[in-house]
Amino acid sequence: MIVSIASGKGGTGKTSVAVNLALSIENVQFLDCDVEEPNAHLLLHPRISRREPIYTSVPVVNEKLCDHCGKCAQFCQYNAMFVSSDKVLVFPKLCHSCDGCVLVCPRKAIAEEKHKVGTLKLGSAGDLRLVYGELEIGEPMAVPVIKEVKRHIERSKNVVLDSAPGTSCPVIETVNGSDFCVLVTEPTPFGLHDLKIMVEVLRMMGIPYGVVVNRAGIGDKKVYGYCREKGIPILLEIPFQRRIAELYSCGIPFSLEMTDWKHEFLALHDRIGELVSK
Amino acid sequence: MKQLTVTSGKGGTGKTTITASFAVLAKHTVVADCDVDAPDLHMLLHPKIIRSHVFRGSKIALINEGKCTQCGICKQKCAFDAITQGFKVDPITCEGCGVCRMLCPVSAITMTDRTSGHAYISKTKSGFMAHAKLNPGEANSGKLVTLVRQNANMLAREKKCNLIIIDGPPGVGCPVIASISGVDAGLAVTEPTFSGIHDLKRVLLLMKHFKVRPLVCINICDMNKDNAARIRSYCRKNRIEVVGEIPFNQIVTEAMVHGKTVVEYSPRSEVSKEAKNIWDTVRHHLELDRD
Repeated sequence: MIVSIASGKGGTGKTSVAVNLALSIENVQFLDCDVEEPNAHLLLHPRISRREPIYTSVPVVNEKLCDHCGKCAQFCQYNAMFVSSDKVLVFPKLCHSCDGCVLVCPRKAIAEEKHKVGTLKLGSAGDLRLVYGELEIGEPMAVPVIKEVKRHIERSKNVVLDSAPGTSCPVIETVNGSDFCVLVTEPTPFGLHDLKIMVEVLRMMGIPYGVVVNRAGIGDKKVYGYCREKGIPILLEIPFQRRIAELYSCGIPFSLEMTDWKHEFLALHDRIGELVSK
Repeated sequence: MKQLTVTSGKGGTGKTTITASFAVLAKHTVVADCDVDAPDLHMLLHPKIIRSHVFRGSKIALINEGKCTQCGICKQKCAFDAITQGFKVDPITCEGCGVCRMLCPVSAITMTDRTSGHAYISKTKSGFMAHAKLNPGEANSGKLVTLVRQNANMLAREKKCNLIIIDGPPGVGCPVIASISGVDAGLAVTEPTFSGIHDLKRVLLLMKHFKVRPLVCINICDMNKDNAARIRSYCRKNRIEVVGEIPFNQIVTEAMVHGKTVVEYSPRSEVSKEAKNIWDTVRHHLELDRD
């Protein structure tokens, strides 16, 4: 089963829920798909066994063959190429690797070269296998790095994917193909507002979902009303407790210290399993 | 005119709370909510929309079923796996590159405009606001951020405001890059957690990469005193000024529930006092007091 953890709003506790869930079940593969700011390793303290560069392919122009006709720049939807009367500029960071320029060039003057966009890390923490990606600083596109992380999914395992905040391309790339998505929210106006956007995204994608309310007790009760009205299951509530926040602050998953929570997270996973098989 | 971006790396550290407080304290300013896929600032500033326009981020391929011979060339060449088994275009994965249209031997594919969201120009109690809403599942948040910033610039010129305050998205990817490029200073709001520190370092590197002057603010500074000390020492070593430290206080959430900025809701609270101090320091850095 593939379970992804997302939220819309940042800082609601995605990574905390994902890690505590992963540590409470067996046969786990954890994929940290928040490649802009991967944090799961700070809680899991893994031994990293492999590091690999992640590349995209970007155009390289053979100036001897190029006659500056400009068709490549005209074709490119991402403004990754600029052609003047005597030179061609390529902006690799804007390139989406669609291959269009290579195909459109009448003189076959464009080839592809590798462009590093991030690093893939593979490791383990006990029996848990961890895969995560790290976007190179200054590179804008997270999606190719997430795709590379997801290429390592082992379907025979209980896969847990930790998503980036937001509701845009990195999140969609992460949750796409999940059997279930857990939406972590906090009972505040911001938490609810961004939860609603994520619910729309998941409905559109046809992925089943449920809600975990983190920091229960702060804010207001509106998130409960919304979930009731829309028939969205609330799978778990984690109360606002200073101890939980303190443990998180020094990289300790709270279910390791407050062991009753292991049962709660195990039950959460069982509940998800039931909802998926329905 | 000066531009300040409030950013963080890690999500949920308090960017929007700080931005909204600055907006109220600064008066006659333009704020830009550049967290376009999860915008929250409007819930504190209650903008009245003056103008709105449709944002078309990219095109999307459309296959004419009548013409399509299902030869499979488009499917094979699509770099985004956006052509389905039944020769339909998946709107979620299509990035609008146009390769399928170029290669289709029977010209069955056209590229059509898609509505990716809306951009707004608004008035608030304390000034003006440029903001946007990306439609659920749409890409191109970087492009929409650029549009919001253009609107903010236009507003600032029109209304003769000397400052734009930008509420940035979390992370270090394209919408963040679009939010910080060319600004006068970036205020990174962090928290004293392992994740907060890790993500702060990455966003500070990003600012260095784009030559943006960095400032740091530690939120919920009393959550872990050792970690707060680590942030201070990291900043000292890298000659980055910590402009303020805000202790944890439930009043921030309470203010949010009431749809108010904390400086309006509870002007005498410790949080509001510190927010004012931070704003004075940031103002000074931006040399606004000399205008």
